[in-house]
Amino acid sequence: MSQTNPAAPAMHASLFEGNARKVRFLSDEEIAITVENLDLFYGESQALKQITMEIPAKRVTAFIGPSGCGKSTLLRCFNRMNDLVDACRIEGAINLHGENIYRRGTDVAELRRRVGMVFQKPNPFPKTIYENVAYGLRLQGVKNKRVLDEVVERSIKAVGLWDEVKDRLQSNAFGLSGGQQQRLVIARAIAIEPEVILLDEPTSALDPISTAKIEELIEELKETYTILIVTHNMQQAARVSDYTAYMYLGELIEYADTMHLFTNPSQKATEDYITGRYG
Amino acid sequence: MREWWKSGSPWIWLNGGAVTISMVMVFGLIALILVRGFGAFWPHPVFETTYELPGTEPVVVVGELRRSETLTGAAMRDAGVPIPEDQLIVTRHLVKLGNRDVTGRDFAYFIDDFMDEWRYPKNMAVLERREWGDFYGIPLRLLERGTTVAVGDELWDEFQGRVRRVNDLWDEIRGIERGAIGRINFQLERVRLDERRAQLRGTLTDEMRAEFEQRRQALQEQYRELEQRLNQLYEQLGRDSIVMRAADGSEVTLRVADVVKAWQPNNMSVPAKVWFYVQDFFDFIFGYPREANTEGGIFPAIFGTVVMVLVMSIIVTPFGILAAIYLREYAKQGPLLKTVRISVYNLAGVPSIVFGVFGLGFFVYFMGGAIDRTFYPEALPSPTFGTPGLFWASLTLALLTLPVVIVSTEEGLARIPSTIREGSLALGATKGETLWKVVVPLATPAMMTGLILAIARAAGEVAPLMLVGVVKLAPTLPIDGNFPFIHLERKIMHLGFHIYDVGFQSPHAEAAEQLVYATALILVLLILVLNLSAITIRNHLREKYRAESD
Repeated sequence: MSQTNPAAPAMHASLFEGNARKVRFLSDEEIAITVENLDLFYGESQALKQITMEIPAKRVTAFIGPSGCGKSTLLRCFNRMNDLVDACRIEGAINLHGENIYRRGTDVAELRRRVGMVFQKPNPFPKTIYENVAYGLRLQGVKNKRVLDEVVERSIKAVGLWDEVKDRLQSNAFGLSGGQQQRLVIARAIAIEPEVILLDEPTSALDPISTAKIEELIEELKETYTILIVTHNMQQAARVSDYTAYMYLGELIEYADTMHLFTNPSQKATEDYITGRYG
Repeated sequence: MREWWKSGSPWIWLNGGAVTISMVMVFGLIALILVRGFGAFWPHPVFETTYELPGTEPVVVVGELRRSETLTGAAMRDAGVPIPEDQLIVTRHLVKLGNRDVTGRDFAYFIDDFMDEWRYPKNMAVLERREWGDFYGIPLRLLERGTTVAVGDELWDEFQGRVRRVNDLWDEIRGIERGAIGRINFQLERVRLDERRAQLRGTLTDEMRAEFEQRRQALQEQYRELEQRLNQLYEQLGRDSIVMRAADGSEVTLRVADVVKAWQPNNMSVPAKVWFYVQDFFDFIFGYPREANTEGGIFPAIFGTVVMVLVMSIIVTPFGILAAIYLREYAKQGPLLKTVRISVYNLAGVPSIVFGVFGLGFFVYFMGGAIDRTFYPEALPSPTFGTPGLFWASLTLALLTLPVVIVSTEEGLARIPSTIREGSLALGATKGETLWKVVVPLATPAMMTGLILAIARAAGEVAPLMLVGVVKLAPTLPIDGNFPFIHLERKIMHLGFHIYDVGFQSPHAEAAEQLVYATALILVLLILVLNLSAITIRNHLREKYRAESD
């Protein structure tokens, strides 16, 4: 099918120039999360239809697709953020290291400590930079000043913000620029050492330089964490992710190695979307 | 013309006009209160003239011009004043004559045409007295135990010195009466209640009875000592007197002890008048009322208003905030919640007197009665909390202002961006942790807004307070040096009620007019100060929790 338009994959192949790597296969990966026959309903309307997929550990998995395709909704299933929506109903299972997070009796707060999340718009708390990063630890009852100091420093260093804020840790986080705020929010998320980090369009509210910094950061973070990212920007998906899932109208259309999906999509719909012929 | 209609200008004019009219009304009101209120303390000149109404004996008039009016001659002729037929316009003056004890009337109207030239004698003096209002006259002789000690030029300075002396004596007397004797009475009452309590419990032994008797004796001994001291002071008060010549030429002897202050307005320079004005204003704010509230200061009313508003804030703030958090964050949205919310909002529209009636019936008689029976059985039949008082007034106002606090807090909570809540939840916080650590701190400025509105409403309320704890004259302040220092059961005075009382319940309406304006001014200033402090706190909080979305 991809042979119908040889020009398009070639165009996207240019995205991977100088970054040649082998095509990865899911069967070779250690799997962190499996999604089994996931259906999600908002009242009567179905937002996710029979999603089944495996997400590899310590890799970046990107979700792309047009607005309203359900990619953000799916992302929010991984830390049960959809529980906050009153009329939301979920069927199927998501297993995190073999354990269904939708099992009855799951401690949602505990789950969210294991699955961190960063949102589209930077959302620091109205507290100091220090307290923002220490928030998660304080929730867990950590009071030891030395432990807090250490974790705060390590987390802020990990997001490359340390040199910019080390002299004003006690000033309000709202004083930071948008890009700095977003990195602070990531530091806040990794301070509690989650296993998985969910990024919901983390750069859509940022300028190109801040975006580049966040992308570099994602590259570093995948050494330690399993990362899931939702993005509207296909170049970004191509740049940062190892695997990409294309979704359309609540269905998972295609899910494969990023380079493979962009250069040699197996579905016509995927190809139309990545070549800009969608809609 | 059609072009003009189409251009939209009429709308601009209409809207602009509405704003202008509102501004004129608001500033007019404030200006009136400011001018009349601040004007009350200025030492106005005192004139002397002869007044001869056709067909009557001429009389000497001494007084202060209060205001002048222009009337038609016909109206005056109808009222029986002999005005010539051809005169169309008549000016008449309202003059404060003072000397209520001598002439029986301290305000009177005089027709300008029948008045002689106005003279302003330099030595004309005004004496503000503890009773009977002001006295106007010319000082003749100063007497000490009946013998003349000063006349002529040195009289006035000597007199002022002796006025200061009696004021010091009065201060000492008031200090003993309010402070020491008040404390002894308070303790005597406590001894009585302790004894009664023991008696009710059946644990009163002869030994205890003897001890109570001993305590009582000791207190009465103290009381007798103080009484002796008081008698001495009262004796000293009666030493000096002054002979004044009143308007009708008669000589009147006044006790210096009765004089609060004295001044010669026609002989004062402008700086002296300003200084007098400042002192008078100070006395008004920090003084106690005299003569059925028509003279003296309004300190107990200011104090009562502030304490009542503060107690109300302490009650309404946590109560309203907790209710709002429940309504907004925890309650399940649905028809029931809608009903509850509409009911709360409509509570704000219930006439305040209805709250007063409710407060009297439920709080004072029902709850207060129950408290008395449970905790103060020894004081019965005289009620402790089962009678209107500070706590019930504050509680009634708290109920009255509750909707305002709830509505503002709810709006504040609704404005917090959901991303901030999600950020906290995504870190593994529970709903409660998110609420108390992130959402509520962010909503504090909105809560302060609610409190500001509540204070403004409560401080100006009068009608319900008349039923639940505010009185014309409270013998004691709600906070004093006797344990437990703040007495929630006591009755209080209140500026709003004071205005009503002075203005409409006073036997001397003309004399009270200035006081009404002055008290209104103080009330407005007080609300302004309370609001400004709350606004300052709110701005500080806003700065602290400044979010991008603000």
